[in-house]
Amino acid sequence: MYRILRQIARVGIVTEPGPEADENLRDTAARIESEVARSFAGALAIRHVDAGSCNGCELEIHACSNPYYNLEGLGIRFVASPRHADMLLVTGPVSRHMEEALRRTYDATPAPKVVVAVGDCGCTGGIFGEGYASRGRVANVIPVDVSVPGCPPTPLAIMQGILTAITRRT
Amino acid sequence: MVPDELELTWERLRGAVSARRATVDAAQWRAGAEALSRESGRLVALWGSDRRDLGEGFDVQAAFAVRDGLLVLRLPVPALHPAFPDISAFFPVAGRMQRALHDMLGIVALGAHDSRPWLRHGAWPPDVYPLRRDLDAATSFPASDAAYEFVSVSGEGVHEIPVGPVHAGTIEPGHFRFSVLGERVMRLEEHLGYKHKGIEKRFESMRIEDGARLAGRVSGDSTVAYAWAYAMAVEGAAGVEPPARALWLRGLALERERVANHLGDLGYIGNDAGLGFALSQFSRLKEDWLRLNAAVFGHRYAMDFVVPGGVASDVDSSGIARLEAQADRIEREVRALRDTFEEHAGLQDRFRTCGIVTTELAVRLGLTGLAGRASGRSEDLRADLPSPPYDQLDVQVARHGDGDVAARVSVRFDEILESLRLMRLILDRLPAGALTIGCPDPAPGASGLGWVEGWRGEVFVALECAPGRGIRRCHPHDPSWQNWPLLEHAILGNIVPDFPLINKSFNLSYAGVDL
Ligand code: SF4
Repeated sequence: MYRILRQIARVGIVTEPGPEADENLRDTAARIESEVARSFAGALAIRHVDAGSCNGCELEIHACSNPYYNLEGLGIRFVASPRHADMLLVTGPVSRHMEEALRRTYDATPAPKVVVAVGDCGCTGGIFGEGYASRGRVANVIPVDVSVPGCPPTPLAIMQGILTAITRRT
Repeated sequence: MVPDELELTWERLRGAVSARRATVDAAQWRAGAEALSRESGRLVALWGSDRRDLGEGFDVQAAFAVRDGLLVLRLPVPALHPAFPDISAFFPVAGRMQRALHDMLGIVALGAHDSRPWLRHGAWPPDVYPLRRDLDAATSFPASDAAYEFVSVSGEGVHEIPVGPVHAGTIEPGHFRFSVLGERVMRLEEHLGYKHKGIEKRFESMRIEDGARLAGRVSGDSTVAYAWAYAMAVEGAAGVEPPARALWLRGLALERERVANHLGDLGYIGNDAGLGFALSQFSRLKEDWLRLNAAVFGHRYAMDFVVPGGVASDVDSSGIARLEAQADRIEREVRALRDTFEEHAGLQDRFRTCGIVTTELAVRLGLTGLAGRASGRSEDLRADLPSPPYDQLDVQVARHGDGDVAARVSVRFDEILESLRLMRLILDRLPAGALTIGCPDPAPGASGLGWVEGWRGEVFVALECAPGRGIRRCHPHDPSWQNWPLLEHAILGNIVPDFPLINKSFNLSYAGVDL
């Protein structure tokens, strides 16, 4: 326990941009926090659905929760059920085998709901495109409000996409 | 080590992988597999291809690891009623690969006890085989919902818990069916294939240089390993070698990928065992790591850094200095965190004896990669069959015999430290020279293999080229094919709430096997 406390004390709080990262992150984080407070009573619930990604986009969604970006500290929670979600964060081209599960998740999410398609695959089908097993971009299957390009998009880009989606909704 | 009784004619394949291939008939195929299993060969991959447009039938190939490299058996099978003898009796891990082969090409494994579909759910009908060359990749079929037949466990008090395909949390989709008695898991059956998006078919419409980007996106967390294995296959097919500096920089990127994944996983493993502190610390270290990747390779995960013929960019002296400084800092922090893990009684209590795969089982069922090394196996391509730069680095293989979560955690810590040592050597001795020889141009019909020890285990690529720098066939193989079936064993007798922890300690790829 002592060791843990010492480590915590030594590292301090890193939710603070490193040298190269920037005003941009500080600004995005502040705006997310105030928008979540204003329009979502301080708690925005996100359901992530991997509809067929390479798993690269998931790595960056995970990174959004690390101490640098601290997405959860801004009032955002990742929830296990679409019934509790305000927003769906969808990655990947939609594989035919996930199409039905994605549609069901969308239907189970209470209105008003926002959908953010994450990554080049979610935006356009990306390198996998459309074919016998892939339906391509997310918008081919459910309505999409905001698309975040990048392969994978950086954590900051994902946060900006979330911000755009919640600002636009209200 | 070639079983002599086979009396086969071996052709040596060109390239960085030491490999020989023999064309066999059905009896030799079966006898070969049997002899190889007897002599401790390991099945690395099994795949097929459609050669009917060349006036032949189909073929099925299997790559086995032996002491001095790979042996590939190639079995031509007829166009009409294509079939081959099952080898899952000798290599249980072949079972799912043979089922996938049938889904994709319609080639039957004769005598296999399980012939259920594996990759095909409802996206295409049972009499359509997407990898046949006469199927247009753009064809779209109406959804058919054939329900998957799970093996059911009966008995008093046994009940089933289905989980997925969409999981709680940000993880890939797949279905798990637990049969439990009280709290104890009596059986776990995995059903994967949800992410199948037609990668192998996609390769066939691509040129070699574009295929590199696709290979790097088979399983995003292993992008360097795949891109390297693919590049190795292209270079082998063309009979060319990339410059020394490119190979050393590939080694640097591969070791950085290993460390990034281990850092991330150690955080989640600690978190799943109740130590949230581990997640915040390790995810902070991983973020630092990724940021320096972005500065050095131009991408946080070094995607598209490895290209056929070399690497896409150089690392300059200021980059080298930053990489070295970071290695020193991370080493100090990782050592301190390791002490924290080891002194934390609650954590050790959750880790020890949890999710055991014994050495005996690991050998019999073919557990590979880091999970294999945590269960008493010793294979590591970087040490066993080192290609440059590893032939000059004397890689020390991390091993543990207990096969539990604690062992997999320990191997990850050891591997981080060893990778840091390797990186320092690479940075210190980085040869001068060109970064690339340009994209190779293999002859039509030329084939090549790639085989790389990624962070999870051995990534394998088999490539056959088409005219105009095209791809006739590309089969990427993830080590998760080998290890998913072992996860079904690791959970037995444990309680359901331990599954996330056990699962995370393996962290297998869904995308990599769903293709
Ligand atoms: S956008 Fe890139 S990183 Fe994301 S799923 Fe697609 S290929 Fe992977």
